[in-house]
Amino acid sequence: MSSQVQTADGEAPQYYELVPQHHSAHGSTQIGFWIYLMSDCLIFASLFAIYGVLGANYAAGPSPEHLFNLPLVAVSTAALLLSSITYGFAMLDMEEGKQRGTVLWLAITGLLGAVFLGLTLYEFYHMIHEGAVPQRSAFLSAFFVLVGTHALHVTFGIIWLVTLLAQIGWKGLIPANKIRVQCLSMFWHFLDVIWIGVFTVVYLMGMLR
Amino acid sequence: MTNEFWSFIFGRLTWDVLPLHEPIVVVTFIVVALAGLAVVGALTYFKLWGYLWTEWFTSVDHKKVGIMYMVLGLIMLLRGFADALMMRLQQAMAFNGSEGYLNAHHYDQLFSVHGVIMIFFVAMPLITGFMNYVVPLQIGARDVSFPFLNNFSFWMTAGGAVLIMASLFVGEFAQTGWLAFPPLSGIEQSPASGVDYYIWALQIAGVGTTLSGVNLIATIIKMRAPGMTLMKMPVFTWTSLCTNVLIVASFPILTAVLTLLALDRYVGTNFFTSDFGGSSMMYINLIWIWGHPEVYILILPAFGIFSEVASTFSGKRLFGYTSMVYATVVITVLSYLVWLHHFFTMGSGASVNSFFGITTMIISIPTGAKIFNWLFTMYKGRIRFELPMMWLIAFMLTFSIGGMTGVLLAVPPADFVLHNSLFLVAHFHNVIIGGVLFGIFAGINYWWPKAFGYKLNQFWGKISFWLWNVGFWLAFGPLYVLGLMGVTRRLRTFDDPSLQIWFIIAGIGALVIAGGIAAMAIQFAVSILGKNKEWDTTGDPWNGRTLEWATSSPPPQYNFAFTPVIHDNDAWADMKKHHAQQPTKDFLEIHMPRNTGTGVILAALSVVLGFALIWYMWWLAILSFVGIIGAAIIHTFNYDRDYHIPVEAIAEVEDRRMRLLSGAQ
Amino acid sequence: MSRPIKFSLVPILALLLAGCSSDVISPAGDIAMQQRDLIIIATALMLLIIIPVMVLVVLFARKYREGNKAAKYEPDWDHSTHLELVIWAAPLAIIICLGAVTWVSTHLLDPYRELGRIAPGQPVAAQVEPLEVEVVALDWKWMFIYPQYDLATVNELVVPVDRPISFKLTSSTVMNSFYIPAMAGMIYAMPGMQTRLHAVINVPGEYKGIAAHYSGHGFSGMHFVTKGVSDSEFDAWVADVKASPDMLDRNRYLDVAKPSEHVPVMHFAGVESGLYTAVVNMCVERDKMCVSEMMSIDAQGGLGHAGVDNLAPALYGGGEKNRAPFGPQKTYVAAICSTDEAIAMTGKLPAIAAPDSTPLLGRGLSRSEAIATVNQPALAWLAGKIASLETIAAEAL
Repeated sequence: MSSQVQTADGEAPQYYELVPQHHSAHGSTQIGFWIYLMSDCLIFASLFAIYGVLGANYAAGPSPEHLFNLPLVAVSTAALLLSSITYGFAMLDMEEGKQRGTVLWLAITGLLGAVFLGLTLYEFYHMIHEGAVPQRSAFLSAFFVLVGTHALHVTFGIIWLVTLLAQIGWKGLIPANKIRVQCLSMFWHFLDVIWIGVFTVVYLMGMLR
Repeated sequence: MTNEFWSFIFGRLTWDVLPLHEPIVVVTFIVVALAGLAVVGALTYFKLWGYLWTEWFTSVDHKKVGIMYMVLGLIMLLRGFADALMMRLQQAMAFNGSEGYLNAHHYDQLFSVHGVIMIFFVAMPLITGFMNYVVPLQIGARDVSFPFLNNFSFWMTAGGAVLIMASLFVGEFAQTGWLAFPPLSGIEQSPASGVDYYIWALQIAGVGTTLSGVNLIATIIKMRAPGMTLMKMPVFTWTSLCTNVLIVASFPILTAVLTLLALDRYVGTNFFTSDFGGSSMMYINLIWIWGHPEVYILILPAFGIFSEVASTFSGKRLFGYTSMVYATVVITVLSYLVWLHHFFTMGSGASVNSFFGITTMIISIPTGAKIFNWLFTMYKGRIRFELPMMWLIAFMLTFSIGGMTGVLLAVPPADFVLHNSLFLVAHFHNVIIGGVLFGIFAGINYWWPKAFGYKLNQFWGKISFWLWNVGFWLAFGPLYVLGLMGVTRRLRTFDDPSLQIWFIIAGIGALVIAGGIAAMAIQFAVSILGKNKEWDTTGDPWNGRTLEWATSSPPPQYNFAFTPVIHDNDAWADMKKHHAQQPTKDFLEIHMPRNTGTGVILAALSVVLGFALIWYMWWLAILSFVGIIGAAIIHTFNYDRDYHIPVEAIAEVEDRRMRLLSGAQ
Repeated sequence: MSRPIKFSLVPILALLLAGCSSDVISPAGDIAMQQRDLIIIATALMLLIIIPVMVLVVLFARKYREGNKAAKYEPDWDHSTHLELVIWAAPLAIIICLGAVTWVSTHLLDPYRELGRIAPGQPVAAQVEPLEVEVVALDWKWMFIYPQYDLATVNELVVPVDRPISFKLTSSTVMNSFYIPAMAGMIYAMPGMQTRLHAVINVPGEYKGIAAHYSGHGFSGMHFVTKGVSDSEFDAWVADVKASPDMLDRNRYLDVAKPSEHVPVMHFAGVESGLYTAVVNMCVERDKMCVSEMMSIDAQGGLGHAGVDNLAPALYGGGEKNRAPFGPQKTYVAAICSTDEAIAMTGKLPAIAAPDSTPLLGRGLSRSEAIATVNQPALAWLAGKIASLETIAAEAL
């Protein structure tokens, strides 16, 4: 069926690429990282599933209404969402090649991330102090692990961000660093999206139940 | 004081955990230790360490990584099979009040570790090895998208295997079955180190598998040669793509569920416990949501290998390429909708059970279509019965039976009587040996000349083929029968003496398979060491049809001096038909990644971390964890990751090839 | 090439030979009989396509071998719409038939469904009351409680033939699977949960009963005798068990439940009332809160901060020994079994707001008010509990 091979312009078909097309050195990095994020997303999906099934098993202990402090969560949510915006500013500056602006916005992003992390840790400390430890009920286990896994991701995001700042300081905004900033950007926004899910499913729906 | 000090340093690792009271393990240890010393001694004597380190261990070349995966898989096959032989022997002996020769403690570890090794450390590395070796060649690429990640993934898989092997001599392995269902695998029922070995070995290997999946998807999407649209990809590449999509979409679930089990065991959370509102059924659901796609992760690349073999050795285009691709994609999607058929007997209700039963049956439609496609590829062909083709015929006959018993098990009321029986055991060995393993053997015989430049010995290959086939039916035919007699799996002793004959036949079958493995080892040895090698100077020993045959055997480090341009599904057959000649001059320098030892270091630290966690050596766990993070960060500060192969070097390699080719004609 | 086909026939022949002695192929109960028929129907349906495929594999492999130059060779023939239609439609047709069979049979043979017949053409007579058996999978033996006869056994199940049996199943520690191959398919027995099975034995005789799901060290020895007997023999057996000096109360149960292997048959002449329910709810120990009670409290929104400390140290099942390295001492949720305890809990509920009455940040809801409303359902539940406990106490007097 395909004994006849024709190229678009009717010339003899070419079977070897004599002049290689220019392949970007990081051509696959973004899609690869995006696929990784999707796999990470499935870890969260599993944790959400666990929370969905076990989230109402309080074992005659405290329920979300007894434990959550919505104003506190609202502040930490605001900090995290804001950090996504500041990351966006960092990306804009990077596109324009402004290294100082990029570094500054990235640093602000990191600080906002740290605020979020601090508030989460405070919430954990407070709950554990009240006796609502992860071992008390399946609900608390699922809560601590879902929110804790997200917090762990933010922690690694901050470590990565600090590393990246050092690397930008060292090498400048070279292509290798730019692609890293782009990947961290995807990671950071991804964590935001996950947090919106956590905020809705765990906190809002928990208080409304 | 000193006691506290030692238990701080060594956690719960004491002299008592060494299985010195189990003579079988002690003898095994001595043999393994002597063999290990011999290998280490030989490597040192011949001064091979430097060579291995620079050329293999730190290599980011997808071909070398692929071969290392294969070596790992074949070595672990010996371990997994030794466990199988021991089980067969125990079951053939333990009648009429005899306890056999294995106590429950040892036997229960055997069937758990056999399953874990065969799936995670035999089938997975072998499959991943093929995908690594073949996919970049088939799509005309010079390496995978992320070569360093590839090396790291391999070493993580190997790290998991190291932990599993360690469990044989230090402490014990899980006595829970290969999926470690709670509450049995919880801290209360299984306080010892076994389940912890299970968790950390799989977690470490799982990281490798997931990253390798990410890597190969990116490679297939982004690195195809010009002209190779998705619908012009070779079928093996298609099945690899689907398999890696399944890996990326299912292994995270395993990671999550094992993490939760670990938390239950280490922190005392209540995900899967019975008190405090946990649910063990949740674990069973989640692990099978990973576990069922895992089956297709293994079988799809085998289907791909068979597709290549069928069309090459029939000397024909593959029949129904398009429907083959759609069948693969349909299987990929459907494999997520069937997990509940692994536990119809949990009492989910008739409607749920029939839903999952029928979705399971629906998978057999695309699978059946594939069998027909291979069949009609043979139709009006010129079939050469080389070893890969023989494995294909054996597969089609064996797998049809396995598929049939599988559909039978998908009928819930039938499953109620056959679930957890030896019938089930026979069924999944029928599809995994008859499907996956036969596919791997076909692939080894098919691609060996590509990897090493000479064909495998035919004589010993045929002996191995017949021993495997006869042995398989002798070993698993009786298990089908026993299953229909209502005999459960994982039993150590039996009361009914009339069953013994079947177990003896099955044991003989296992011995015949052992002969098949030995013949295969001889086949490798004769081929590697023998003087009269069937050299392949053309790079195309089988008159192949896909791009891996367009380059030399073994391919140069950069695979293709000039990237091929694709006009047809069977790209290489098409090029041959049009007498396409690779240019012999005007080479351009080629951009290649540099080798790095970071993958080995990270994986080694992960193994230490796993070991520390298993034995409660918290200081070591923290230290190695910090080490992993530190090593990873240091790695990111290395910007000098690639280099260019100069034109002269390429010209030299290509000229040598041209001389060989003209000599061959 | 005919050798592979011969070898693939070995298991099929073996199946036929094995049929004579096999529990699954020649069962003694109506349910297992129907399941057997289903296996045969499904196998036959699939053989309709499997056999032609296997024959064609061998035929094509032979005919189109390289040596046979007489055979047609069309290297570029790779597509035929008609053929492709057939190769998708043929399996589809089989699966449609099999799917229909599956849907119907899964519903008809659902283990939760009460029996409509005891044998083909023999509906269950209206006056026949099914035999109730409560099954507990223990480490590593089976306990059978007969609530209608107030007796219990270990590792011995005796049932009258042709009388429908209604099983309720649970487990004490780990998952297991209850399976009498000659009677009916298996069903899981799981801790803290109950599953059901309905079946009947039609032929008198002794059958093996097994644990079909690996459950730990003593798994291989965890089987029991199943006897199908006539009504009069059953009555005699009941009288025999009733003559046993052993009684099954909570303490005796906890004693029997301790892990043991190769346990001989045990008979108990009487069973403490509510024992099986307590086993299902994992509250045989009196001071442990039952799962059912816990679930009803949880449905009310839990016991709040007062419930945090409502724990008792677990002294059963290994106690301190098998504890998670970073976990707390092993505990369980304590039962509320006296009015005093319930009143004390009521008192704790609003009071718990005291240590942290100030809002943490910003202008949120007033915290003490919030606590009061949040605790409302739990307080209501406790009030009900107090009332019922008082009634029980009054009745006891």
